[in-house]
Amino acid sequence: MLNIKDLYASVEGNQILKGLSLSVKAGEVHAIMGPNGSGKSTLSKVVAGHPQYTVDRGSIDYEMSGGVKSLIGMAPETRAREGIFLAFQYPVEIPGVPTSGFLRASYNAVCRHHGLEEMDPMDFDGFVREKMKILEMDDKYIDRAVNVDFSGGEKKRNEILQMAVLNPRLALLDETDSGLDVDSMKIVAHGVNTLRNKRNAMIVITHYQRLLNYIKPDVVHVLYQGRIVKTAGPELALEVEERGYDWLIK
Amino acid sequence: MSDSKQFPNDNKLTGDYKYGFSTDVESDTAPMGLNEDIIRFISEKKGEPSFMLEWRLKAYHHWLTMKEPHWPNFSYDPIEYQDIRYYSAPKKKGDGPKSMAEVDHEVVKTFEKLGIPLGEQKRLAGVAVDAVFDSVSVGTTHQAELEKMGIIFCPISEAVHKCPDLVKKYLGSVVPQTDNFFAALNAAVFTDGSFCYIPAGVRCPIELSTYFRINAKDTGQFERTIIIAEKGSYVSYLEGCTAPVRDENQLHAAVVELIAMEDAEIKYSTVQNWYAGDKEGKGGIYNFVTKRGKCVGARAKISWTQVEAGSAITWKYPSCILQGDHSVGEFYSVALTNNKMLADTGTKMIHIGKNTRSTIISKGICSDFSHNSYRGLVRIAPSAENARNFSKCDSMLIGNNCSANTFPYIEVKNNTATLEHEATTSRISAEQIFYLQSRGLDKEQAVSLVINGFCKEVFKTLPLEFAVEAVRLLEMKLEGSVG
Repeated sequence: MLNIKDLYASVEGNQILKGLSLSVKAGEVHAIMGPNGSGKSTLSKVVAGHPQYTVDRGSIDYEMSGGVKSLIGMAPETRAREGIFLAFQYPVEIPGVPTSGFLRASYNAVCRHHGLEEMDPMDFDGFVREKMKILEMDDKYIDRAVNVDFSGGEKKRNEILQMAVLNPRLALLDETDSGLDVDSMKIVAHGVNTLRNKRNAMIVITHYQRLLNYIKPDVVHVLYQGRIVKTAGPELALEVEERGYDWLIK
Repeated sequence: MSDSKQFPNDNKLTGDYKYGFSTDVESDTAPMGLNEDIIRFISEKKGEPSFMLEWRLKAYHHWLTMKEPHWPNFSYDPIEYQDIRYYSAPKKKGDGPKSMAEVDHEVVKTFEKLGIPLGEQKRLAGVAVDAVFDSVSVGTTHQAELEKMGIIFCPISEAVHKCPDLVKKYLGSVVPQTDNFFAALNAAVFTDGSFCYIPAGVRCPIELSTYFRINAKDTGQFERTIIIAEKGSYVSYLEGCTAPVRDENQLHAAVVELIAMEDAEIKYSTVQNWYAGDKEGKGGIYNFVTKRGKCVGARAKISWTQVEAGSAITWKYPSCILQGDHSVGEFYSVALTNNKMLADTGTKMIHIGKNTRSTIISKGICSDFSHNSYRGLVRIAPSAENARNFSKCDSMLIGNNCSANTFPYIEVKNNTATLEHEATTSRISAEQIFYLQSRGLDKEQAVSLVINGFCKEVFKTLPLEFAVEAVRLLEMKLEGSVG
């Protein structure tokens, strides 16, 4: 589904990714771990198409509706409509815009792209409320402005709600566990697991093994200085938890 | 006149201002310049009673003693008052149109092109329209139905004949002839505008609206609108404006007076989209307007909502004099400036009665090389026991070359007053846009969503169709602004 080869990428003139390669297939969950500054968030932003990040070298190929295509140079909204979803580490506030209207605009933008019928507000309301149940969210929540005055936990749940609404083929979760207490983390992980199936794939970026107790990865990678230095099964996360990163990077 | 000649300026020259066309109609115009003869000419053209001519001349003589003010937060090229034509009207056949069927075909077509159908079959449901083309009203719809309820809605030039006593009583009662330089000029030369009278206890069932169109070259538009809401009545009034693309600046100095009696409510909404000049700031309308309402009776309410998206310069402060006890004044504003536009706008809330309340919500959106200022006064008179004001002034900047300012003035002469003021300045951030794009929205949709969210408190006070129009207008204006 996603094939990254020898990727070099920069932000504001600093090269962060230096020869990263990663291959993700449908039905897989990959965890990416690594110390601060290793390039985890950069990877997610480059795949999602953040305009401040530039690809210097290498390739990112993605299997989309019209066959395998390069993501390089593709507008972020096109990537989103083709099923790439980034759950932000720091979700952005949009004052005055109700969450319900935002979710529907987003959902319908994806529908239009695929030539599907858009959903009217009434039907959409029912559709969203079903998704909210999975995340144990309060009904009033979708009338509030997007992320404004949300607690850290609410913001993260909102990201997963958006993911549930858009039903992406490839989801990148950027430190979705940061700032969450154990109960919230369980709810978020439950939401993510509900969405997991054979047709989609996920890349879970995290500092801690904790989240991976709830979202079981198929593959664990350790990222260091812009490249993947170790790839193994779920046991690698436990080992990192116990021993830290030092043994991997020396 | 051949069809191909109708809209010579359409599309190509107008760029993104789709109302920039001009209409080729035969006009009846006054000679250039301003003097007593011109005022007599205007008064005669309108067949006015003598009290009107006297009133105009008094204003003119006072105006001659006044100096053009220069205190706003911008400067502009001097206005040559002798190079303006103070009267221009599409030529009439005989005594002028008796019904819509007689209105010049080209003029009707112009309004249709602006989305304001005037024909009996096509006119807008639920909205009565008075269409003002340059210096004259060319037609008012729904008049007969309104008359059955005792509502008078007609051009002011008609009102001076129809109900001279009402005109005499209220003309200048809120904005005197001598009020300020531009108001005095307006009083001397005003040519048309709407007159609305809502009798006691009547709730006007439809929106009343005036659509102003400047067409002729070198012409100023000086309209005057008066709305009187008698005891316990209600009216919602809408005002829209456009003008052709021209290289010269054109002056628009209007006066609006609102009078709300006991328990009456007037809701006045404006979507202003005068031609704003080109990217280099060439041309555009000088929109120097005096708008003021007076809550005369107890529990009266006046609510101003404005969406200011056009004009090279906007300089106006729709205000409320809260004279009646428990009366309420509201001001909701969105002012958008782009390219080299200048805006200095806000409101004045003058609290005189006891327990009077006012709310000010101002949203300034500023992009390119424009300057956008909020200027507002809240005055609490010694008599205004327990007055309350809440003010919120938010500015949003797009890009690095524009500037936004807030000038809140407060004068409190009664220590039982409660005043709150909030002000914020923000930017549309690249992160917001990326966030929305990463959810499938394109950049234009993303910007429009952020702007709509920013203006939400104001838009929700507009009548629905107007709110939709306002949103579209801002989207159109901001296209390509966020890089």
